[in-house]
Amino acid sequence: MTTPERITRADVAHVANLARLELTDEELDLFTGQLAQVLEHAADVASLDLAGVKPTAHAMAVTNVLRPDEVRPCLDRDEVLGQAPSVEDHRFRVPRILGEAP
Amino acid sequence: MSAPRPSAYLANAVRSGGRSAVEVLEESLAAIDAGDGEVHAFNLVMADEARAQAVAVDRTVANGEDPGPLAGVPVALKDNLCTRGVPTTCSSRILEGWRPPYDATVVTRLQRAGAVVVGKTNMDEFAMGSSTETSAFGPTRNPHHTGRVPGGSSGGSAAAVAAGFVPLALGSDTGGSIRQPAALCGVVGMKPTYGTVSRYGLVAFASSLDQIGPFAATVADAALLFDVIGGHDPADSTSLNRPTPRVLSVLDDGVAGLTVGVLAELLDGADPDVVARVRQAADALAAAGARVEEASVPEVVLGLSAYYLIAPGEASSNLARYDGVRYGLRRDAEDTVAMNTATRSAGFGAEVKRRIMLGTYALSSGYYDAYYGTAQRVRTRIAEDFHEAFASFDFIVAPTSPTTAFELGAKAQDPLAMYLSDFCTVPMSLAGIPAISIPSGLSEGLPVGFQLAGPAFSENRLFDAAYALERAIGFDGSAARRRPGG
Repeated sequence: MTTPERITRADVAHVANLARLELTDEELDLFTGQLAQVLEHAADVASLDLAGVKPTAHAMAVTNVLRPDEVRPCLDRDEVLGQAPSVEDHRFRVPRILGEAP
Repeated sequence: MSAPRPSAYLANAVRSGGRSAVEVLEESLAAIDAGDGEVHAFNLVMADEARAQAVAVDRTVANGEDPGPLAGVPVALKDNLCTRGVPTTCSSRILEGWRPPYDATVVTRLQRAGAVVVGKTNMDEFAMGSSTETSAFGPTRNPHHTGRVPGGSSGGSAAAVAAGFVPLALGSDTGGSIRQPAALCGVVGMKPTYGTVSRYGLVAFASSLDQIGPFAATVADAALLFDVIGGHDPADSTSLNRPTPRVLSVLDDGVAGLTVGVLAELLDGADPDVVARVRQAADALAAAGARVEEASVPEVVLGLSAYYLIAPGEASSNLARYDGVRYGLRRDAEDTVAMNTATRSAGFGAEVKRRIMLGTYALSSGYYDAYYGTAQRVRTRIAEDFHEAFASFDFIVAPTSPTTAFELGAKAQDPLAMYLSDFCTVPMSLAGIPAISIPSGLSEGLPVGFQLAGPAFSENRLFDAAYALERAIGFDGSAARRRPGG
């Protein structure tokens, strides 16, 4: 496995955008250096011959965990909605999600 | 100065009517009141709720009924365990004020066992850290030396037990977050086999690694708490449906005839004083009748690297839920994406942002194979190597932490240096196996932790060996205990 290129300021800005984080210029500089250092250290995972080794999906594998399809009580709606920053007609209310109509 | 009262005796005294749960609770609350201004183990002390619980326990006893094995025992909860109607913050601004609509399974089990929940303990934000300094509410201080960190991320729970505020506490361990603070605070901390304790109601960090486990002043107390919280839970699909042995009943088998391997690779990076203490503890095991040899699991040295790709990867996905829509903080903006971004940028601290970005990067197109995929293969190798080692050894032993408690601020600006604190604990997490840290003495007044790890589901034998070793070592942690007026 080849080691990827060193992470750049532009990479960090891109990743922050994907993760819905807004960073100041100072934070971008700081995080770029810190993430590069951590990734450089982590690159030693590539030092091992891993031919034929399967990736771990679960430490203790359990498969097909099913339960009977029965009606059961769920969380109280008012109690759940009571924690929301904004609610309207028993629904979570958010600002607009699409652009203005043309 | 009294010894820490083992919880089993405390519970029996309450069950028999010899002591009242209310009186036991008031002692705990008084100790917190006197000492927690300095230690800051708690985010929240639930005095009213706890008093109501204690009164109910006493009423049960008065009615001639049995409140359970933890009757009247005060317990502290790490603040990432959901408590219905009581704030659960993960020491993050993004959850400030949130009151969960349900209890974690472990909380329900504690209450059914008669325990009294006294409060929520401080932690690294979303359990990301090794010093409790990334908490949005300020650091916890080590009761042995208040200029030092308590370790992390469950630093508040470890400190609460070390300071004598509570005899028992729960934490969560993803890469060492129970064992490392237990070591730094001079208490017992245990990470169970993955899937043994229900994660329902534990706020997720890295779901393939997270496990809840006990803190206590003694091995027997940790075993008592483990017995109460363990066992299958249909509400957690990764909870294993197999019989869980009650470990407390087997705590006197000793270590004679066991073969123990001292893990050479984890001694290499540790401070000389830590290595010396670990060697002494290994000698004590030998003197108690165990055969002690050197063990080698070469791939554990890659554990830290694999962990810091896998855990942030899972975290970046788990923490996507904090979007300002359903609970917690919201920073308003003109559209939803801008609102999500403003909320997350204001609500998360620097370490959480770093881990989310690290994880997003390690999972992103073009880098997935090199980072996350490779790390998961390394994880498989580490698990296989441990499995192989356990063909020759009953237990593997190692330092819990490469150093004793470091000074507040010493590593706060250097993420990689902080991550290296987890060097001795992440390999067991990756392999999903159980491990316990017990105090093995002091070095310049600071506790040193000794870690024992066993194969999956070896909890009963692991507690047993730790119990025998604890008696051989005879650690005295009383110097850290804070008392009312003391």
